[in-house]
Amino acid sequence: MNESRFKRMKDLPSTHLLGTGTPMCSGCGGLEALHQIYDILGSNTVFVNAAGCMTLLAVYPFTPFRGSWLYTAMASAPAGAQGIRDALDILIEQQRLAAAEDLQVVVLTGDGAAYGMGLSSTSGAMERDLDFIYICYDNEGYGNTGQQFSGATPHAARTATSTGPHGFAGYKKDLFSIWAAHKPAYLATVIGAEPLDLARKIEKAKQLKGPRMIIALAPCPTGWDYAPRDSADIGKLAVTTGVWPLKEYIDGQVVHTRIPKQRQPVEAYLERQGRFAHLFEPRRDEQLLQELQDSVDSYWADIDS
Amino acid sequence: MTRTLLTGNGAAAWGARLAGVDYVPAFPITPQTEIIETLARWIEHGEMPGRTVTLESEHSMITAAGAAAASGVRVFTATSSQGLLYAMEMIYTVAGWRAPFVMVNVSRGLASPITLEPDHNDIMAARDSGFLQIHCASCQEVLDSVLIGYRLAEDHRVRLPVIINLDGFYLSFTREPVEIPDAQAVAGFLPPYEPESTRFCASAPVSQAVTVLGGSPYSYFRYESHLAALNALTVYDEAAEAFSAACGRQHAAVEGYRCDDADIVFVMLGSFASKAREAVDRLRDAGQAIGLVRPRLLRPFPAAHLQRLLAGKQGAAVIDQNLSMGMGGVLHSELSSALYGTPGAPSVLLSFIGGLGGRDITPEEFYEIAAVTRQAVKDGVTPPPRLLYSRDEDREIRKLQAIAHAERNELESGNE
Repeated sequence: MNESRFKRMKDLPSTHLLGTGTPMCSGCGGLEALHQIYDILGSNTVFVNAAGCMTLLAVYPFTPFRGSWLYTAMASAPAGAQGIRDALDILIEQQRLAAAEDLQVVVLTGDGAAYGMGLSSTSGAMERDLDFIYICYDNEGYGNTGQQFSGATPHAARTATSTGPHGFAGYKKDLFSIWAAHKPAYLATVIGAEPLDLARKIEKAKQLKGPRMIIALAPCPTGWDYAPRDSADIGKLAVTTGVWPLKEYIDGQVVHTRIPKQRQPVEAYLERQGRFAHLFEPRRDEQLLQELQDSVDSYWADIDS
Repeated sequence: MTRTLLTGNGAAAWGARLAGVDYVPAFPITPQTEIIETLARWIEHGEMPGRTVTLESEHSMITAAGAAAASGVRVFTATSSQGLLYAMEMIYTVAGWRAPFVMVNVSRGLASPITLEPDHNDIMAARDSGFLQIHCASCQEVLDSVLIGYRLAEDHRVRLPVIINLDGFYLSFTREPVEIPDAQAVAGFLPPYEPESTRFCASAPVSQAVTVLGGSPYSYFRYESHLAALNALTVYDEAAEAFSAACGRQHAAVEGYRCDDADIVFVMLGSFASKAREAVDRLRDAGQAIGLVRPRLLRPFPAAHLQRLLAGKQGAAVIDQNLSMGMGGVLHSELSSALYGTPGAPSVLLSFIGGLGGRDITPEEFYEIAAVTRQAVKDGVTPPPRLLYSRDEDREIRKLQAIAHAERNELESGNE
């Protein structure tokens, strides 16, 4: 299973399953990741959605999905996945449904649900060892309502509810560790700007049973305040600066799948985004910039050694 | 037919067992817990097929229940009071999925103050959700109503979830002789669930519960649910008749007790109506022409049944075991709107609030209600709504407060 069929970029699926013309913003990093994920998961899936940007993917009577979809509410998509998974198991067991009709149950939520309101139902689903995949597209704020800060917002970011000179006073919650503490079957961070890494992880998740948890950093032109064409660059910078570590948790071990050899300064990532503009204008906030660099350095200090 | 002593909770569990439910998402809450404990025990010990799962909240429980129903299995669940309110977002949401299932609510008063004992404010909060509601007055009714509930919910003309309501303690923990129908009779009455297109599978992908943009598609779906709920009036009558044929018991949408020649009636929901029934018998003994009207069906609201039962009555006293703050009794206002302008409607419709948080309604209070109603008929004037509370109770509360104050004063002076 360590041998991925995705060795180089040209191994990635060349046909794309998710339809076009969705109401997502142009340059949406969440949609970029979802496109890639869906190509690998395929249409024998039922997406169980929580309130967020992607709730607008399926608007009556149209959907970009070739498979199935159920919208639930903001807090309880994993419980919806529980109901569907159990029902499918019951129907197959009773031979009321052929095994070939089975579906992969996939929860799709933003960070608002994943880091906050839906944390309890996610914890419950992992605790019950639910056989499902959870995809969190993390754009680091309540994006669909205009980017107010959430439990996923990074320190110092300006959001609609943290407009002061130092931005958001809190710190991004370590959802990876919170989820890892539940010992799920699989857990990984991904980003659309690293398609090969993403494809390998989704392929791995697809082949496992139990809770398989994916956090996709979702660069967000509207929420992070940059031009849509920069999404892929900013996504790459999130990785090369070490801000978004690509890693996976499997069999009790955390493995980093991409350790940037020479990490670029965090500034290179921050300066591209309007949400961090107050760190540079009207004058450089050296103290805060250093604090942000230090926090990334301290994360990697443990990994590098 | 033999009868078995069962609590209301036990009867609810038997209803689910006889309905052959596939799936029971659960979460414990007093006074409902015995229902899910009983089902979990039966399933675990192989006494009934099916699967149960304990969620981490009622909100998740209703989500799982709706999602499983939307996937094509027969689902049963149960809750009470604060749990129902915690789940309320999903109560409204899953009703819109048009995925039928049955939920038992064991009524219990709502915080604040927090209590364990019954009244109907919990279930009234679900009134406008799209769930249909059947209110029970006996343990037998609980069992039978669960079965009727599935037939109603799953009917092609309805396709809405149903709540069966029973009162905490008065029914949930009270043993009554209950006839458990035999499986064959039930099978004749309730065929296996046929989900049709309400399911998820690989060969026929569907999107359920999607977003709409704008008021027009939104209204379309909301009206569809309303019209389906109205269809349930006819479907209920058919189901009750079929149930009577299969199992021999009548469960009309509205029960009239000694109503035919009555000139005034009590109107009540649930098990406290048994107290009214007893009062009716005593008042009849004393020569009064009085009856009791008890709606079993609250949603859809059986307006035509009520109009018929109340036509020609001089007056009616609605005793609500709920209180809409700043308005009054919910059943009273619903009945008023159903009767307004209809021929033969009683000229006075009085409102009384009683039984909150399990507070008793005494026979004397029923006699007083009857007397006040007769006086109102005579005067042609409807008195303001009355909150049942006795001088003794008031004195009792003040006594408790005085004791608490005295104790605190003593403690404080002792500390000096």
